[in-house]
Amino acid sequence: MNTTLDIVTSKGLTYEQKVVALAHAAEDSLEILNIPEKTRHYMDIGAICDLSEGHAPYRPRYIMPDYEKAIREGCEFLRLDPPKDLDELLSFLMIFYRHVPSITTYPVFLGNIDKMIEPFLDGISDEEAAKKIKLFLIYLDRTITDGFCHANLGPEETRAGRIILQLEKELQNAVPNLTLKYDPDVTPDSYAELALYTSLFCANPAICNHKMHKDTYEDYGVSSCYNILPIGGGSYTLTRVVLPKLAEEATDREHFLKELLPDCLKHMGDYMNERIRFLVEESNFFESSFLAREGFIDRKKFLAMYGVVGLAECTNMLMDDKSKTYGHSPEADDLAEEIMNVISDYAGHSDALYSEVFDGHFALHAQVGIDSDHGITSGVRIPVGAEPDSMFDHLRHSARFHKFFPTGCADIFSFDPTGRNNPAAVLDIVKGAFELGDKYISFYASDSDLVRITGYLVKRSDMEHYYKGEAVLQNTVHLGGDNYRNAHLENRKVRAIS
Amino acid sequence: MRAPVNKIIPLSVVDGPGNRTSIFLQKCNIACAYCHNPETQRMCIGCGICVDKCPVQALTLKKGAGEGRRGAVIWDETKCIQCDNCIRVCPYSASPKIRYMEVSEVFEQVSKNIPFIRGITVSGGECTLYPEFLTELFELVKTKGLTCYIDSNGCTDFSRYPELMKYCDKVMLDVKAWDKEVFYRLTQGENDIVKKNLVYLAEEHKLEEVRIVCLEPEVDVEATIRGIAENVEKYLNQFTLKLIAFRNHGVSTKLKDRETPSYEKMREWERIAGLCGFSNIRIV
Repeated sequence: MNTTLDIVTSKGLTYEQKVVALAHAAEDSLEILNIPEKTRHYMDIGAICDLSEGHAPYRPRYIMPDYEKAIREGCEFLRLDPPKDLDELLSFLMIFYRHVPSITTYPVFLGNIDKMIEPFLDGISDEEAAKKIKLFLIYLDRTITDGFCHANLGPEETRAGRIILQLEKELQNAVPNLTLKYDPDVTPDSYAELALYTSLFCANPAICNHKMHKDTYEDYGVSSCYNILPIGGGSYTLTRVVLPKLAEEATDREHFLKELLPDCLKHMGDYMNERIRFLVEESNFFESSFLAREGFIDRKKFLAMYGVVGLAECTNMLMDDKSKTYGHSPEADDLAEEIMNVISDYAGHSDALYSEVFDGHFALHAQVGIDSDHGITSGVRIPVGAEPDSMFDHLRHSARFHKFFPTGCADIFSFDPTGRNNPAAVLDIVKGAFELGDKYISFYASDSDLVRITGYLVKRSDMEHYYKGEAVLQNTVHLGGDNYRNAHLENRKVRAIS
Repeated sequence: MRAPVNKIIPLSVVDGPGNRTSIFLQKCNIACAYCHNPETQRMCIGCGICVDKCPVQALTLKKGAGEGRRGAVIWDETKCIQCDNCIRVCPYSASPKIRYMEVSEVFEQVSKNIPFIRGITVSGGECTLYPEFLTELFELVKTKGLTCYIDSNGCTDFSRYPELMKYCDKVMLDVKAWDKEVFYRLTQGENDIVKKNLVYLAEEHKLEEVRIVCLEPEVDVEATIRGIAENVEKYLNQFTLKLIAFRNHGVSTKLKDRETPSYEKMREWERIAGLCGFSNIRIV
């Protein structure tokens, strides 16, 4: 979308999408961030990418309100008393969500939705609860028209969670994205199996390794594309280092590891600090937001996500040997680990502004890619189409690289529909993967309409409309449609065909 | 101890509870008309018919070798493109793509899949043709905390192998037909042992599931359901009765074009099974 007039006259955008695009265009007409020439160079070659967050950050990228506090205490600004029954709760949430901003303009985190609902189910039959929750879920899907919206379940089993899972299978909604926090010591097998069974019909929920994340902060939530962030806080920004773009400038491996990469990482950190500085010191977000004023968020619980993408391609470029590639050759994987060690070392010593919740450092995140990426694989994933024959080898490889990322790193598997008859088998795979250190895993059935693109969900049927140039409700259909084509996701290896 | 292995599937969601590694041993003691993988029924006789039909020259005939009449067909796994042409042209229900593997080799393949699997299932062909191999394999596999299942047509007398049964956790048993004549026409085998095994395994609490492939008139489905119920009446809540709708995929006999029974028909058999006292019934 190049000019304001293009936005105004577009046939492929809904009214709401035009409003958001116009706001973005207005923001980008400003040039107020201090960006040194070297940083601009890294941006020009695509090595540093700020995901088009905008030229003047006026709200954090991801906000994770403490909804439980809001439900307990009510909200003065919105003139809402604490809800007393299920109807009041659902109405409370519908109103509250409407006022939670993010980079997408919609809320990216809807809370531990099962735990929020559960106390209000006393004395209500499953049937009655399901009817009310169903309407609530439909409302969310049709009004939060953005797939980067996430709600959490578990790790404990709840009646509310069961009802939500059963409804999801029936509703086939792309929003909200759901994650089950899974801990084999807390989550009953039968509940985890219901979750996986459901995911083989509607690609929801994904499964998060609760044991590995629960002590990252005081309490965590999973938002958007599996961002593991502090509840009551969030992430100011997410900028990513696009490793293969940087590797194009390397004269050799040594040059890349010792000079180019450290220099680029430093410039990216400085750029992120500049964004944080403007947001915290000049935008007046925290001064004007009722969320901050009433304590549903706390500036001290925000951090900045330091994104990494394309480790696979970068490694393969530096190896320069078609017979030794990432995910297949121990030598290539060793080099990849060396690259990650440089990044991890930088992050561990970095000075991130206003990031008390993460000890003043940037928090590494395996960024999943964007629609316009060509030949750049999500985070540290193995490229689609080049996955190892054995799913188990694939998961072992993942475990080796997931360990670097405290704020989210995940794998997506297209699974044979026969898995529906044996969700316990899928759970065995999850248990094995989590035992080895995989942090987050998700499945969808190879015949399912809903597919997981890089982290968010899109319906194949909606993508067809988009390809024909028609306007579609959710803006993530645009992103997903392009990504599905550019990353050739139809080639994702289907697992468990016997 | 060695056995001929047709294939090993590291990740199987269809061979018992949870995720399992499935091991398929070559050779069967019956020949079912509805067999989905007839190439597992017999051992290669070394006739060499398949050799010329291989598009990538992965097969060679080694004269004088093996037990075959003309020699042994040698399969080069590295050249093979898995087109299965050799299997299609084989007139003997065999496959040249068999590897004789030691117990330790199979165990090594299984071990690679830990911690993603909860057990193994050995199938075939008919794996109980190799009871000593199974016993050794299971003894090893159990040391890793995995469960060991047998998938069987029930034509080998399990009670003759107490050592194997000690290590075997559960059996998934086919009861292919109830009437002796019907069973013979379908399989070319006898079902006295199958009935004996049904009772023996139920009493030993070793039954995981009992399966009937449903196709009339080749299978006396209702009589089989009733026969099983009467013979192991006390144990009907201890195993799953799996009613498998016949599908012609992979079938190479005169049944290759037969249609799958209707869902209504399957539901009717399920209803009858329910009335007979089965508590876990699954249609697949």
